[in-house]
Amino acid sequence: MPVTYTPIATNTLTSAAASVTFSSIPSTYTDLVLVCFVRGTYTGGGSVTLLNYFNNDTTALYSNTQLQGNGTTASSSRQSGQNFGRLGEIASATTTAGVFSTVTSHIQNYSNTTTFKTNLVRHDNSALNTQAWVNLYRSTSAVTRLDIQCSATDIAAGSSFTLYGIKAA
Amino acid sequence: MSPILGIYASQVSGKLWPASSYESLQTATVGAGGASSITFSSIPSTYTHLQIRALGKTNRSGGSGDVYLLQLNADSSSSNYSAHALRGNGTVASADSSVNVRNGMYVGYTSSAVDNANTFGVSIIDILDYANTNKNKVARSLDGADFNGTGLVNLDSSVWLSTSAVTSIVVAPTFGTSFSQYTSLALYGIKGVA
Repeated sequence: MPVTYTPIATNTLTSAAASVTFSSIPSTYTDLVLVCFVRGTYTGGGSVTLLNYFNNDTTALYSNTQLQGNGTTASSSRQSGQNFGRLGEIASATTTAGVFSTVTSHIQNYSNTTTFKTNLVRHDNSALNTQAWVNLYRSTSAVTRLDIQCSATDIAAGSSFTLYGIKAA
Repeated sequence: MSPILGIYASQVSGKLWPASSYESLQTATVGAGGASSITFSSIPSTYTHLQIRALGKTNRSGGSGDVYLLQLNADSSSSNYSAHALRGNGTVASADSSVNVRNGMYVGYTSSAVDNANTFGVSIIDILDYANTNKNKVARSLDGADFNGTGLVNLDSSVWLSTSAVTSIVVAPTFGTSFSQYTSLALYGIKGVA
């Protein structure tokens, strides 16, 4: 049987950076999986939003539904007509030192030109919360570029990002 | 390039596995005429876990969304299946169960005929230790769909009360009668260390 789940690219930050970009993503896979071990440099609160753009598109084509547990309460929220997709409310500079968030984003059927693009996200950080997200990008374009950044300030040094491709038989 | 270590032990679904242990087994994509069900048959017993990665829509007209029903080894007895779910609808988090009611594993999520035509539900469904003859079979799923104003994200689990190795899976809609064109389900096998 065809072996799959292939690493496409990895980026590990040796210094803080405003964003991480995966470009020229080949169309030869079925699904993409983005795996992040990440922290922000934001000092203005206990967490910061990790967000993504597809194809460098910053128009209001994104929306999401979220499920979260913070150790006290289970809750759900939604954002519509957004200019970016969300990957989680991740650790910031005020989170316990050395504690990074883990984020996994599954972008299903990313290269088809028939359906809008939906990605499923899990974010986990034992110091903050555990979250599940479903994001919608209302475009039928194939995804060829992925940009990741924090909603405020930078992504911290030591954060790592790996993009995998999964190919169906 | 090796996967990042330390992530193997995390997450509900989407675990990382060395590339050589994750293999594509079968894929089904629904054509213009729709399909009442999708069958994965002759599943080899040589893997440790199975994963179904799905993009789905059904013809359900009575409401938004639908749920997959996975019938294992042609067992249609509802007394052998139960399911639980944790759901977020954008407003509240809720939990529900389905005990000995459905005639298959009640997991995953699709969009339906009342939802936007270009929006499909996505699901990642793991069936762990599927070939182990000492354990009942459990599936877990991360799934959902967002419709820019409504939507649902779910963490589901379902049990099949049988110690038989899984050799076939028939996937059908729970509320609709057929899958819509472009629905696509892919079955993967994940090997453990020998």
